[in-house]
Amino acid sequence: MDTTTIWIVIAGLGIGSFALRFLFLGVIGNRPLPPWILRHLRYTAVAVIPALVAPMVLWPAATGGQFDGPRMAAAFVTLGVGLATKNVLAAIVLGAVTLYGGLYLSA
Amino acid sequence: MLPASDKSAFWMGVRSAAPFILVVVPFAMLFGVVATEAGFTVLETFVFSATVVAGAAQFTALQLMQEQAPTFIVLISALAVNLRLAMYSAALTPHLGAAPFWTRAFVAYLTVDQSYACSVAAYERNPDWDLRTKLIFFFGSCAPVLPLWMLASLAGALIGQAIPPAFALDFAVPITFLAIIAPMLRTLAHVIAALVAVILALTFAWLPFNLGLLVGGLGGMIVGAQAELMLERRLKPGPQP
Repeated sequence: MDTTTIWIVIAGLGIGSFALRFLFLGVIGNRPLPPWILRHLRYTAVAVIPALVAPMVLWPAATGGQFDGPRMAAAFVTLGVGLATKNVLAAIVLGAVTLYGGLYLSA
Repeated sequence: MLPASDKSAFWMGVRSAAPFILVVVPFAMLFGVVATEAGFTVLETFVFSATVVAGAAQFTALQLMQEQAPTFIVLISALAVNLRLAMYSAALTPHLGAAPFWTRAFVAYLTVDQSYACSVAAYERNPDWDLRTKLIFFFGSCAPVLPLWMLASLAGALIGQAIPPAFALDFAVPITFLAIIAPMLRTLAHVIAALVAVILALTFAWLPFNLGLLVGGLGGMIVGAQAELMLERRLKPGPQP
């Protein structure tokens, strides 16, 4: 990764994120948004993040895109614990335990 | 109930956000570690966390950069993850919109999941608070979370330089994302949005420039919004025309 790209991403994302945060507080003010826009905004995170993660789980870069049992198991444990407990930290820890346990057993 | 003083409003804010320290510190350290593994310097990692102040978007950008995605795809995708910040901004405006310009700019910079959630909840519990009290509470709710976010990123970056690559840290990003997203799947419409996004992203993974991600994200948003409308209609059968 070259330094110029890194700084372009940092600057672009820093300015863009601030613009999103300042959009209403600073610019649009107290005018209400059309409901259809708010309705789509509600689903941005739960759509974009799973779309990002799914290929990483199914075709991990570390195995050259080959299906990997321990990584798949870790993904399902993390998701399951997160759904059951709503506890982000517990989900990360148990997911990591599953990953390292699986990698150890399959080594 | 009106707090007795500015000081007590500030401490109420601090206390309301304090439990998030347990999540923010490990998450920020993980970001620092993963960023240095990906080739960021310690300085770049720290500036990234200090200017963007949004973990999920930072992880998204990092992952796509590692996949050699073009820079505009990196920016569009990470900003899409951050679209919820515009929603937070809209929700805070009725409460803090009357503050002076530079104060509003500072509030905007500090608008994150935790400060938004704590403040809006407190404003709804205390409708008699004036602007000054609301602002002081908001800054109080930022105090335990945001400095630690930046410092823990820095600590993670320093630690990350010492961790050998054999530690399967490639999978830290998907695990973290799944852990964040699982508690957000609150309604059937959220689950449908996520499932459609996954199916579309995998189906269109062959597209160049990681465009499959945008197809999946956009498709999931549209289907989620439509599902919400349909579910609402079914729950509240109004008078038929």
